[in-house]
Parts: sequence; structure tokens; C-alpha cells
Amino acid sequence: MYRIIETQELAPTITRLTVEAPLVAKKRKAGNFVIVRATPTGERIPLTIVDSDPEKGTIVLIVQAIGKTTHIISELRAGYHFEDVVGPLGEPTPVSEFGTVVCIGGGVGTAVIYPIARALKAAGNRVISIVGARNRELIILEDEMAAVSDKLIVTTDDGSYGKKGFVTDALQEIIDVQGKPDAVYAIGPFPMMRAVADVTREPDIRTWVSLNPIMMDGTGMCGACRVSVGGELKFACVDGPEFDAHQVNFDELIARNQTYAGPEQKALETWKNRVETTDCRQL
Amino acid sequence: MSDNGQDSNPAGSKGQKRSRVIALKPRERMKIPRHLPDEQDPKERITNFCEVSEGFNIEKALEEATRCLECNDPVCMKACPVNVDIPAFIQLLYQGDYDGAIRKIRESNYLPAICGRVCPQENLCENSCIVGKKLEPLAIGKMERFLADYEAQRGSFTPPPVASSKGQSVAVVGSGPGGLTVAAELAQMGYDVTIFEALHEAGGVLKYGIPEFRLPKQIVDEEVERIKALGVKIETNVIIGRTLTIDELLGEMGFGAVYIGTGAGSPRFLNIPGENLSGVYSASELLTRVNLMKAYKFPEFDTPLKMGKKVVVLGGGDVAMDAVRTSKRLGPEQTLLLYRRSREEMPARLEEVHHAEEEGIEFHFLTSPVAIHGDANGWVKSIECQKMELGEPDEQGRRRPIPVEGSNFTIETDTVVVAIGQSPNPIIQQTTPGLETTKWGTITVDESGATSRPGIFAGGDISRGGATVIQAVADGKQASRSIDAYLTKLRSEGVEESGRETADQRESTGK
Ligand SMILES: Cc1cc2nc3c(=O)[nH]c(=O)nc-3n(C[C@H](O)[C@H](O)[C@H](O)COP(=O)(O)OP(=O)(O)OC[C@H]3O[C@@H](n4cnc5c(N)ncnc54)[C@H](O)[C@@H]3O)c2cc1C
Ligand code: SF4
Ligand code: FES
Repeated sequence: MYRIIETQELAPTITRLTVEAPLVAKKRKAGNFVIVRATPTGERIPLTIVDSDPEKGTIVLIVQAIGKTTHIISELRAGYHFEDVVGPLGEPTPVSEFGTVVCIGGGVGTAVIYPIARALKAAGNRVISIVGARNRELIILEDEMAAVSDKLIVTTDDGSYGKKGFVTDALQEIIDVQGKPDAVYAIGPFPMMRAVADVTREPDIRTWVSLNPIMMDGTGMCGACRVSVGGELKFACVDGPEFDAHQVNFDELIARNQTYAGPEQKALETWKNRVETTDCRQL
Repeated sequence: MSDNGQDSNPAGSKGQKRSRVIALKPRERMKIPRHLPDEQDPKERITNFCEVSEGFNIEKALEEATRCLECNDPVCMKACPVNVDIPAFIQLLYQGDYDGAIRKIRESNYLPAICGRVCPQENLCENSCIVGKKLEPLAIGKMERFLADYEAQRGSFTPPPVASSKGQSVAVVGSGPGGLTVAAELAQMGYDVTIFEALHEAGGVLKYGIPEFRLPKQIVDEEVERIKALGVKIETNVIIGRTLTIDELLGEMGFGAVYIGTGAGSPRFLNIPGENLSGVYSASELLTRVNLMKAYKFPEFDTPLKMGKKVVVLGGGDVAMDAVRTSKRLGPEQTLLLYRRSREEMPARLEEVHHAEEEGIEFHFLTSPVAIHGDANGWVKSIECQKMELGEPDEQGRRRPIPVEGSNFTIETDTVVVAIGQSPNPIIQQTTPGLETTKWGTITVDESGATSRPGIFAGGDISRGGATVIQAVADGKQASRSIDAYLTKLRSEGVEESGRETADQRESTGK
């Protein structure tokens, strides 16, 4: 039983869940993820482990309601449980003392960058963080990020909070004003990570991205998560999820991630309609 | 079939045993033709996932049993990798002692409902059956399946006796047929066994690979329940090498020995251009989505699968056959299989090739893919192929395919399934220091199933590469004997040691 201890709405559609998973909590390192299944008929989806408490045997997950599965997870409350939680998966983040590191989180990607920023800070780096979202409402973990960063820059696309613009604008400014950082970690939607890679390619700054392709087993047994990195075939679940941003074939990845767009939309609609009808009956 | 087996039992009621010796002479017995089970009509079955073969009913099973000559030196038994006492179980079946017959099989093989369905009997027991030298061999597999199913139908399973506790525990990694067998064997010997499984359900390839229409998942669940009935514990969602390590199992967790049966599940790709386009699946992904995650019941089940109008499957083994027949059932207009050699060289079971042909799969032999082309959105649009011809035989005696110059041609398609083989799962090898592996990534074992590290044993696909269910079962049986010997030795040393300790203590306290 993977009991849910606590849930908290961080932003509209973004939920933080504290889940009982003692073995995972004990082993987990920054950069690891779990595969979860919410219900007995559910699909297996990967979620980054944002935080863990080995003593209490709990892990923290953050989920944004996009498809049916993430909608179901967002509606789980304390006392409910996940059908399955397995992990920790993936190679942990390569954390060492680089000097100055820029950590970039876009949208719910901030949940993934947070444990990495914290680990980098703990390893003695000077951490400059950039957190971006479409608007003010969707900025998450601002305080947490501030606490593990020497400097935090917030950007919103519409200028409703922080700097108006994209995370890449803020990154470019850092490079122009302060000079090249020693490393960059960027996690967010694929187009954002691709844009970051484009900014740091020319000045040749070491850049890592964390990929979230389609996954199923998470142990290297299906190949759904395969990506081309430097022309080589890699399985993101076992070889990653973090890779050298300049080597990743983002175009291929973006296309592959659309594979199930149709069926997923259908599943979400069917599910939403079902919720409405139950609500009617309850009235 | 009636609910009460006894009523419709032509072998007579309880206690009245048939003796074949009086009944029929060998010559007469040999005149009876081999029985065939009913099968779902091909046109019907390509619209569902129900089992193709309906198996024997009592009448057929009993009549088939009549055909056995009860050879003095049964060659069928020798050809079976776990040496099931075939004539003995057939004799018991003939006498109407169904419980005795299934118990007889289970003495050698704890998974009869599974092996009766998926073993390549045509290459093993049935291939060597004496009757088969002149006529059709006995349908040994179908009788095995009947006995298992009939027992389940009557609910008459009783677990075999379990020896008193040895006070030692064994960890089994992976719940495929190998792991399940080790667990069943050791539990009966009195060991405390825990299976650790990475996925959320037990069964390995039996669950995620072999399709429902060949091996219903309920059958696998029932076999797993019969293993739990021996006191075996199964921990799903535990990846050894990630959640826990082998060294933790042997160290702080106190297991006396570990068996690794993690299989060969990592899909291989062709390394041709376009393989990462949307619409290209590995057979493992396709089969796992459909079998384990029930994508064929989408949206009742949440896991999606997108099948196009024209599916091309690449490969010629059992996995390719399962992938192509699974694809067919998901409703494309056309389903093709491309294989680079000819029909004779196909490694797949003949029965399955035959089933696939009946189901309207189009086979293209001597055809090898060279590139996959995509449309503007990154979806598969076509596959470029090359014609092959057969050259000299390779080391395994199969004729090597050689490309025919200038023979390239293109097949329009929107879904491609790569089914060219699987490699061993690497996680344990990467996280267990001192565990020797081969250049193919399999774990090195000696004939007893022992690895390079004391207390760690392995077998099945993780040490053989891709093999068969019954080979994994055979490895499991061998390894459980070795584990028993290893733990017995530890016990006697432990006794000696604690004996020495008490002597030492006596000495020290005596002073
Ligand atoms: C599609 C397909 C069809 C087949 N058809 C046939 C057939 O008709 N007849 C036949 O005889 N053979 C067939 N085979 C081959 C047969 O299934 C295998 O040889 C057999 O299952 C091997 O058994 P195993 O016990 O070694 O491992 P597997 O069945 O592969 O099971 C290994 C298990 O270990 C788990 N595991 C892996 N890594 C870890 C880890 N680190 N920690 C915990 N658990 C782990 C896996 O999740 C899996 O459940 C087929 C194979 C496939 C793929
Ligand atoms: S070889 Fe054939 S006839 Fe002889 S015992 Fe075996 S099954 Fe019966
Ligand atoms: S998720 Fe299946 S191989 Fe990575």
C-alpha cells in the first residue's frame, strides 16, 4: 500500500503529494524518479521524486493535471493510496563542485529542478536559479527554490510576475552580464529545453537536461523511452533521464511524444464526462 | 463439460479403474488417430483476444491417453528438459485418476497449465514419441493442459506437502517461469522464499509477453496462486539493483541465497535510419501494452496503443509471430511480416506460423528492412526494403541471407514493429560487484546454476539469452537443488560453528 499522507495544491492544476514508499525513500538520490499507477486499470507513468524523508518513509511527488491519469492523481487526497509505486529509477544527477551553476525550471519542471538545485548547492556550488511559467499563478516552489539558490530570477511569459519574458532571456542576460557559468541544468517542456540548449551551445557551456519521454516499465524493457543522444540510441529510463543537452535530438523527441495525443485526449474526455454524470447523480 | 466431472466420466465412477492392457492391444491402440482440440475459427478469432485452442474435453483426453504404448524405455520422458514421467501420467489419466495424473506432472514441473500451452512439444517430447515414428505422436501437451484445466475447473488442487522449516530464507529475483519454479521447489523443501518482482504483477514473459490468445492471464494468475499456497511470498514493485541490491538481500536482509531469474527483456533495434519515428514500436512495447496493461481494452484501461491501417512486423521468431497476430487483432486493414530468410529458416514454432497464416497475415520472405521513412510530422510513412538470397549456412546451420544488389523497394505503412530479439536485463549485472558476465551481457553460470559469487545462482533467459519457458523451469529445478546443497552445507557449518562457540564459552566461563 502506497498511502497518501498529505496533498497540497501548489497552483491551479498543480498538486504536491506526500506518499508512503519506505524502500524508495531510503534509496532515492536527486534526479531519480518513480513509476506510479493510480488505479487497478491505470497506466504506468513516471514522476520525479521531488523530496524524500527516509525516516518517515515518504516521498514527495508533484503532478500537473494534463491527461486522464494526471487528473486522477491530482484528485487523490490524504488517506487514499496509489496502486503501485516503483523506484527509485534512473541514474542520479551527476552532482559535483562546478563553481557557478544555473538551474532552470520551466512550469512543472521546477519540481524536477528543485532537488537538483538543492543537491548542487549542498555540493558547494554557487547556484543561480531561473524559474519560469506562463503566468504568476503557475509559478511553483518559489520559496523552496530561493532557499537553495544564491540568486533566484522569476520570469513569466505575460509579465504578470517577475521579469517578463522566457527563461532563456534571463539566461542570456546572465551570460552577457556575469560571463559564462560553469554548468547549466534545464528542466521543463521540450521546446524550452531545446531553446536553452541553443543558447548554451555556442558559448560551449556544459548543459544537462532531464527528459520525460513516453515510458512504461522504467527498467529498460520496452524501448518506449528511447532517444537519440549524439546519434546513439539511449533508453531514458535506465541511461538517463539526464543527458547532455547539446547531444539530444529534440525534434525527434517532440514528434515521438505526440504519439498518443489522440487517444489521450479521448481518454480524458471520456473520464471527464463520467465525472460529470456521477456528480449529477449525487445531486 | 458438466460441472461434476464424475458424471460425465467415461472412465467409470470412483474406484473403477480401467486397465489398458485388457482393453486394447498396442496394434489396435496405434490405429486410433491423434486427437485435435477444437480451435476458434480464424475469421472469428482475429476479432478477439480469447484463447485460440479450446483444449481437450474429457472424452478426447481419455481417448488420446489410450494411444500411449507405455514404452519400457520412454524416449518422450528423456526428451523433456525436466523429465516429466509422461507414460505414468498418461496411465493415470487413462485410469480416470485425474488428481493423481496432475500430481504426477507437478512432481517434475510445477507449471503444467502454462507448459501444456506454450512448450514447443513438437521439438521435445512429441518429437521423440515412438508412435510418432510411424504415425502422429501422442498429443502430450494437450493432455497436460487438459489435466491442469480440469483440476482448476473442479477446484481440486491441494498443495503438495511442505517439509518442516529449515530456518533459512532464499530471495528469488524475477517472477518468470524460472523464478516461480525455484520458489515452488525450495518452499516444498522447507525454505522460506520471497520473490522480488520489478513489475506490478507476477509472471514475467508469461504475463507481459505471451498474448492472451495463447496463454490467458488468468491461467498464469492461478499458477502463481498455487505457488503462494506453498507459503511463497511475492513482493511486486521491487527492482533489485534499484529498490534493493543483491548485497543487501544477502547482507542486512539475511537471505541465505539468491536466485536471479530476471530474463532477457531488453528490446534490440536494427539501427537503421528512421527507427525512432512515431509509429515504430519494439515488440516488447507493443506486447506489454496489450498483455500487461490491457491496451486492447482502452479506454476502459488507461494505457493507449495506436495501431495504424497497415502494420509491418520485422522478424521471424516466436516474438514476431506474437506481435503480428496481436497487431492483427487490433484491427488494421493489412498486417505484414517481413523476414530476411525463407519460411524454412524461421525460428518460430510451426504451429504459430500456421496459425498466423490462417489468420491472414501476409508473409514476405527474403526481405530485409534498410530504412524507415517518415512524414512531415515525424510519423512512419513507408519502409524501404531489400531483397535477399540465401548463401552458405552459418555456424548454426541456417543459410545466411545475402542482399541482392539493386533490389530496393518501398512498402507504404504507418506502423512498424521491430521484433528481432531481446537482450538480458542489465540492472543486476551493473549493480552487483564481482558477478561475472559474458560479452552478450548474460550472467555466467556453471552447470549447477552457480554464478561467480558464492550464494548467488542464476538461470533461464538471464544466463541463456532468449530460450524457452521449459528451459527456464529446468534451470530453476537444477538451481534449487544447488541452493539446497549450498544451504545444507551452511547449516552443518553453522551447527559446527555454534558448537565450537559453546565449547569456547564453556572454556572461558570454566576458568
Ligand atoms: C513474446 C514472447 C513469446 C514467447 N513464447 C514462448 C513460447 O511460446 N514458448 C516458450 O517456451 N517460450 C516462449 N518465449 C520465451 C520464454 O518466455 C522465456 O524463455 C522465459 O519466460 C524465460 O523465463 P525467465 O524465468 O528466465 O524470465 P522472464 O519470464 O523473462 O521473467 C523475468 C522477470 O524478472 C523481472 N525482473 C527483471 N529485472 C528485474 C530486477 N532487476 N528486479 C526484479 N525483477 C526483475 C521481470 O520483470 C520479469 O518479470 C517467449 C518470449 C517472448 C518474449
Ligand atoms: S514415447 Fe509416446 S508412446 Fe512411448 S511412453 Fe512416451 S508418449 Fe507413450
Ligand atoms: S520505459 Fe521501457 S525501456 Fe524505458
